[in-house]
Amino acid sequence: RNLQESNRGGSLSPDGQMNRCHVYRMNSIYKSGVLDGVLSAFRSICGEDGVSLGEAVREQHGKDESVHRCCPPDVVLFPRCVEEVSALAKICSRHRLPIIPFGTGTGLEGGVSAVKGGVCFSLRNMDQVLDLHQEDFDVTVEPGVTRKALNAYLRGTGLWFPVDPGADASLCGMAATSASGTNAVRYGTMRENVLNLEVVLADGSVVHTAGMGRRPRKTAAGYNLTNLFVGSEGTLGIITKTTLRLYGIPEATVSAVCSFPSVQAAVDSTVQILQAGVPVARIEFLDDVMMDACNRFSSLSYAVTPTLFLEFHGSEGSLEEQVNTAEDITQSNSGSGFQWAKDAETRERLWKARHDAWYASLALRPGCKAYATDVCVPLSHLPQILVETKEDLIENRLTGPIVGHVGDGNFHCLMVVDPGDPEELHRVHLFVERLARRALAMDGTCTGEHGVGLGKRALLCEEMGPVAVQLMQRLKDAFDPRNLMNPGKILLPREL
Amino acid sequence: MSGRVLVGVKRVIDYAVKIRVKPDNSGVVTDGVKHSMNPFCEIAVEEAVKMKEKKLIKEVVAVSCGPQQAQETIRTALAMGADRGIHVEVTGKDYDMLGPLQVSKIMAALAKKEDAQLIILGKQAIDGDCNQTGQMTAALLDWPQGTFASEVSLEGDTVKVVREIDGGLETIKINTPAVLTADLRLNTPRYATLPNIMKAKKKKIAKVKPADLGLDMTSRLEVLRVDEPPQRLAGVKVETVDDLVAKLKETGRL
Repeated sequence: RNLQESNRGGSLSPDGQMNRCHVYRMNSIYKSGVLDGVLSAFRSICGEDGVSLGEAVREQHGKDESVHRCCPPDVVLFPRCVEEVSALAKICSRHRLPIIPFGTGTGLEGGVSAVKGGVCFSLRNMDQVLDLHQEDFDVTVEPGVTRKALNAYLRGTGLWFPVDPGADASLCGMAATSASGTNAVRYGTMRENVLNLEVVLADGSVVHTAGMGRRPRKTAAGYNLTNLFVGSEGTLGIITKTTLRLYGIPEATVSAVCSFPSVQAAVDSTVQILQAGVPVARIEFLDDVMMDACNRFSSLSYAVTPTLFLEFHGSEGSLEEQVNTAEDITQSNSGSGFQWAKDAETRERLWKARHDAWYASLALRPGCKAYATDVCVPLSHLPQILVETKEDLIENRLTGPIVGHVGDGNFHCLMVVDPGDPEELHRVHLFVERLARRALAMDGTCTGEHGVGLGKRALLCEEMGPVAVQLMQRLKDAFDPRNLMNPGKILLPREL
Repeated sequence: MSGRVLVGVKRVIDYAVKIRVKPDNSGVVTDGVKHSMNPFCEIAVEEAVKMKEKKLIKEVVAVSCGPQQAQETIRTALAMGADRGIHVEVTGKDYDMLGPLQVSKIMAALAKKEDAQLIILGKQAIDGDCNQTGQMTAALLDWPQGTFASEVSLEGDTVKVVREIDGGLETIKINTPAVLTADLRLNTPRYATLPNIMKAKKKKIAKVKPADLGLDMTSRLEVLRVDEPPQRLAGVKVETVDDLVAKLKETGRL
């Protein structure tokens, strides 16, 4: 995993999270009378095996890989097809039961927490790769298909789906959270790569956002419903199919590493490499604290200084040109120790520091947990925000090695924190808020990849402003007037 | 030495597919089911292509036995870097009952015909799990064999093979010509790229019949019945450790 490992039970803001779940648990117990009535209806649709009340199963479906506390749903359903999803949603709608879609539970913002209890729709049994059109570079998959499973399926075709958020996440889940990853600088995020969605709305109706079965590479037809659902984090509907844009597997890959005397030099190099038109596939930034952590963890001997990890995709000929251009640029920015490799084994070794970043950070303070921040700013502001953030970390005695998708202006501070130390947790909480506001002040966003989920709803209001937030609320009301779809996420509850 | 390597590639049901037994228990459902190259055959092809890239050998020939669809599997090998293919056409009942004995006879005949320096096969196929073809081929040719290979190095007229065995790793040196079978850790097979898939369409696949090689495909085996593994039963929850111990004793486990 690139970024996050499971973090059961830990919470950044223990008081906030604990109370929230407890209060909502009371609501769902109150509802349990309703629940008994609908269980037989659920069973008649998705079978005895498709309905689970087991405590362990519910707990598994009430948490993801974030620091947010587990909020288990009242029941977990395992529908097998979109018809079942629709029928089950109709029942939930009739009885006003919250609906929480669940893919692989690999989210980082508490998206699957059933804060008001309700019904979790685990979509893992819908696991077919449906129509693959090799010549058109598109494929349609069900929610149980993960990105690694899809790429394994495609291995004989010369095609792949490059969006790589680290986890082996459900592709429909990735669409729901508008996932991104290390490859985004060249291949884009989910927003650019979802052509069509099949979505079940709260009332059970089924919509194809670009029309049923349609997959043109571009369209100007009507409102962009597809991208409305991308990033909606399960609050507007349940995604049951996604049609994805595929790419050719690169003919060859070259990885490179280069050290820099300063953050500015590293970012300047990045900007210039992009300006030079080098179609760099991955360009990752690790700060000196992270490099030190990686050296210790993997017994490496990299210079403890801001470092760029690069990856280039292309034909043999174009690779040479790309690497030479990049090397020249890094040298002109006082970069040193530029190393590159083509064969898989050496490439693995060169990038080892980047791959181990998460574990290396945790190893800095054994027994601690980690939380990844996620701000994203325009490239020109990146040096300033990194410098200010590092100063903030030092001033507040926090451990936060930095890894960044520097080509996108997106970086993560891996906050390593003692979950048993409320004072430190509080300091981290304040730091994270300051960081988000720093990014917002620099024309950026509080979440480049991970989504809003539970923890960033207030920040979303600051980021968007009241008019936009009101518009979002109106859309939500239009799609889901009873607020059954994944309540408590993205938008703050209305003041009554 | 000819510098020619023969690689056997088998078309099997894709490893990610959930296998279903036919209602009449005569076999598994194959119609409409995704098929691909046997994973161990992919590793074998990768090893041969690597040898050619290092200029240790001159030509990689991919061989598959079966009906027309076997050519798809050969095309995948060609896209990975094999130079040409040989499709040995086996259809109908002969194909249903095609097993290691017949395939090893085919490989042996082709090895002689093509003057092969090495035969590389996957250690076993994920459908039959026989793990016999490599060994039988070597025996028929009276060639040395390096099976369960996790590391292979060509050194002139000999091959050093590190084999995965129960106790650990065994290193042997055998003379060529020889038969090698690939184990999981030998390498990580490359994914075919689109340009290579396009190039592969132009590479030649020769078609032969077993009769052309003077071989009889009649099987000495008959499949009587195929059953699914028994369904896993639900567990039983007990309240205390004493109950647990009692239950274990009851069922003869303690």
